Amino acid sequence: MKYALVVIGASLGGLRAMQTILSALPADFRLPVALVQHRPQDAGDELAFVLRKHCALPLHEVEDKTAIGAGAVYIAPPGYHLLVDGDHFALSTEAPVLWARPSIDILFESAAEAFGPRLIGVTLTGTGQDGALGLTVVHRHGGMALVESPETAHAKEMPQAAIAMGRGKIQLELEAIGPYLVELSLKE
Amino acid sequence: MTNGQDKQPQAAEAIEAIETIETPLLLEAMFQRYGYDFREYAPASLRRRLRRAMQIEGLATLSAFQDRILRDSKMMARFLNIVSVDVTAMFRDPGFYRTFRDKVVPGLREQPLIRFWHVGCATGEEVYSMAIILHEEGLLERTRIYATDINPRGIECGQNAIYPIRNMQEFTTSYQKAGGRAAFSDYYTARGDSIILRDFLRRNIVWAEHNLVTDASFNEFHAILCRNVMIYFKLPLQQRVHQLIYDSLVMGGALGLGSAESLRFTPLEDHYEPIGSAEKLYRKVK
Repeated sequence: MKYALVVIGASLGGLRAMQTILSALPADFRLPVALVQHRPQDAGDELAFVLRKHCALPLHEVEDKTAIGAGAVYIAPPGYHLLVDGDHFALSTEAPVLWARPSIDILFESAAEAFGPRLIGVTLTGTGQDGALGLTVVHRHGGMALVESPETAHAKEMPQAAIAMGRGKIQLELEAIGPYLVELSLKE
Repeated sequence: MTNGQDKQPQAAEAIEAIETIETPLLLEAMFQRYGYDFREYAPASLRRRLRRAMQIEGLATLSAFQDRILRDSKMMARFLNIVSVDVTAMFRDPGFYRTFRDKVVPGLREQPLIRFWHVGCATGEEVYSMAIILHEEGLLERTRIYATDINPRGIECGQNAIYPIRNMQEFTTSYQKAGGRAAFSDYYTARGDSIILRDFLRRNIVWAEHNLVTDASFNEFHAILCRNVMIYFKLPLQQRVHQLIYDSLVMGGALGLGSAESLRFTPLEDHYEPIGSAEKLYRKVK
């Protein structure tokens, strides 16, 4: 397979965006998907609960050292940064980056270093700048860098920041992202 | 990678290939020179810390960092701050303290003398959170809390018991969510833009440097908290530290981990049973 991992980051408006993408992934989708959604540290497990209803794939909130398995969705636990460390996930409680913990940039950068051109990064709706640098690093390592179109995004600031930082990002309407991930997942 | 935006893909790959060679040499040098052993730390987050250190020190390569840190012990101390001092808070995860109070404290009442180990206490906020709980349960007088950390700076902060006043509003909210029974402000005195915790909270705490990687256990405890410390370790080191903790707990003793940590990847999982459902508190049962 050409690709081995999908990483997705969202802030404001992310719940609906993630529901839209996950509901487009079939039960036999082969790639692991790691999600960062900005949320408060004391958020419970409601995010996993809600997303599971829209997702044909098994969905886990990551515990430290969880192995990255094919065809499953992993979400960053509240209050921790999520990192890719070789073939498993790692967590960190270092200070928030751009006011966010979990930070999209941290997930994307660590995933890019582990997976290089076999990575797909997706920056979605949100306020702020998180996910811009991370997606740029994904592209620099030869990975596929996708951005939700700012025109139709719930909050355009984050997608705009990602597009503004360097070339090589592909813009897609939210509804087109899931189907495109399916297409990419089938590439040899 | 924050300073490498304009680099070409090949250049980024080459830099990472060189870093892969340099990193173990640097870690070996730190260990040989100062005894701090980061060789089995989880690589992704260690890499971030090394890059931050290089940025702060104005060094372009890990080799240059190695050259300097071997000769400059103050640089080692600064690196230790970058690696080990995480932002912490009083009553972080209030539900954890509430469960501790409801489910662990009753068992502690039977002990004439309670020994408590707070592993990786950082700057001490969570140590005092537990001291407050034990005080409100009438147990602090007969408890000895051993608070240890790899970093002497954290130990010093903890001993001083002085914290910025700007955090008190947040800590008060968490204290209340944790089931606090008094006014949080009863526990400190304000002094300008800081607060100092009351003396009776500080009396039964023993602060000490302790390195989980290289030091052994030093007592047997009725409860051990080791929250968000082992997430920075590779799995084999994690498992060794879990063994050390297990060996340091009395039968029936309680172990507290961070909210996203787990015993799942250790061979000791069946030696514990969960206390409560959501919080990461376990009892040693065999």
